[in-house]
Amino acid sequence: MAGKKLNFEQALSRLDEIVRHLEKGDLPLSESLALYEEGTGLIKQCSIMLDEAEQKVVKLKKGPDREPIELPFEDEN
Amino acid sequence: MERQSLSVSELNNLIKELLEQEPLLSNVCVRGELSNYKIYPSGHHYFTLKDSESSLRCVMFKSSASKLRFRPENGMGVTVYGRVAVYPRDGAYQLYCSAIMPEGAGDLQVAFEQLKARLDSEGLFLRSHKKPLPQFPERIAIITSSAGAAVHDMIRILGHRWPMAQVVLLPVRVQGTEAPPEIVGAIKYANEFKVADLIITGRGGGSMEDLWAFNDERVARAIYASELPVISAVGHEPDVTIADYVADVRASTPSNAAEIAVPDWHDIQDGLDAYSIRADQAIRKKLLSLSERLESYKNKRVITDPTAHIDNRRIELDHVRDRLAAAEERNLSRCRQSFVALTASLDAMSPLRVLSRGYAIAEKEDGTTVKSVDMLSCGDLVKLQLRDGRADCLVRSTEKRENT
Repeated sequence: MAGKKLNFEQALSRLDEIVRHLEKGDLPLSESLALYEEGTGLIKQCSIMLDEAEQKVVKLKKGPDREPIELPFEDEN
Repeated sequence: MERQSLSVSELNNLIKELLEQEPLLSNVCVRGELSNYKIYPSGHHYFTLKDSESSLRCVMFKSSASKLRFRPENGMGVTVYGRVAVYPRDGAYQLYCSAIMPEGAGDLQVAFEQLKARLDSEGLFLRSHKKPLPQFPERIAIITSSAGAAVHDMIRILGHRWPMAQVVLLPVRVQGTEAPPEIVGAIKYANEFKVADLIITGRGGGSMEDLWAFNDERVARAIYASELPVISAVGHEPDVTIADYVADVRASTPSNAAEIAVPDWHDIQDGLDAYSIRADQAIRKKLLSLSERLESYKNKRVITDPTAHIDNRRIELDHVRDRLAAAEERNLSRCRQSFVALTASLDAMSPLRVLSRGYAIAEKEDGTTVKSVDMLSCGDLVKLQLRDGRADCLVRSTEKRENT
């Protein structure tokens, strides 16, 4: 799992998997601790994502080859 | 007298002029029932308007017919607007229709019901076709007007609830004849370039007329064809449009669409906290069960008193030794007893013992024991051994007993 940056949904589903696994309690201690560490890492990662998220709003415009071009959106209200 | 005759054309043209001079006929409004309704390949509509006694031929040219929002059907009660004129070729007058309004409900309402029924029968509203929404959309395409409260509300609510999602606005007109093709174009464009993983399309409240673009068949089909899930968000709570029926999820208002589209990060944070607690509990339980196991080992004698085992063996050995000694003792006493018994029987058989009872042993002079009278002769010297001494005796006679 390490090395690959998970998106929020993947992180959360991995977290769910880890917690269920831990709750089964049938793993050797070393594996349990490794999972626990991964889980707390994911919780931290998700919390940081939540805390640091800043909404980005763009307006799309078609480019010369119809490709989307992102423009800043000024709220017209 | 010869009357001046008219050609047929002349007469028809005369009638045509007469009729067309009459202002009342140039702008009529006629109530009746549609029958024999035909749409020609030219795009013109031909039909008969009738009541119980009478009928009227009508034509609606393509230019007017294309503005019809519902589909006229035979038997439908309608009010027809137009002018009466003569078609000189047939010598017949007819109503040149500019508009048809259904009786009772408005034309929009009728058009709505008709389109709804048609698309429903085609399966465009089927549950099975509806796509699930992404749980955590990363990019949300909003297809609506870039002006107005709706887009503002949606952006604000999305930002409060789930700022992680980027908002991608595809501005379109949401009202007027240009609105449906622009909405359709934006939906197709969003799909083609995968600009988002979810589409919200809609607008704020307004009259049925204002919301009409979202009752457009082209818009409905574009929503149906969209590979990206679509949330419809048109008008206020009671407004229901065709787009609402086709969309994967119907939101009652644009604000509601924003609430449906993303989770509230507070809830997710709570969920993370819950995971954290569960993980802690699970690992604590694991550690506890292991330490309990360890504890149970600790209390075992082999750990607490490692020599106990040896001591036990030693005790066992002592026991065995004791048992062995006891067994030996028993054995010895048994031997002793049998020895005593033997001694006793030996003693019983001792000649001395016999002698003590009054018997004597007779020995010849050479020391042999006399066991038979045959060994003796008259005049032999015999020694008698008695218990307490000896006597020398002379044999005076012998006599052998019979039967021995």
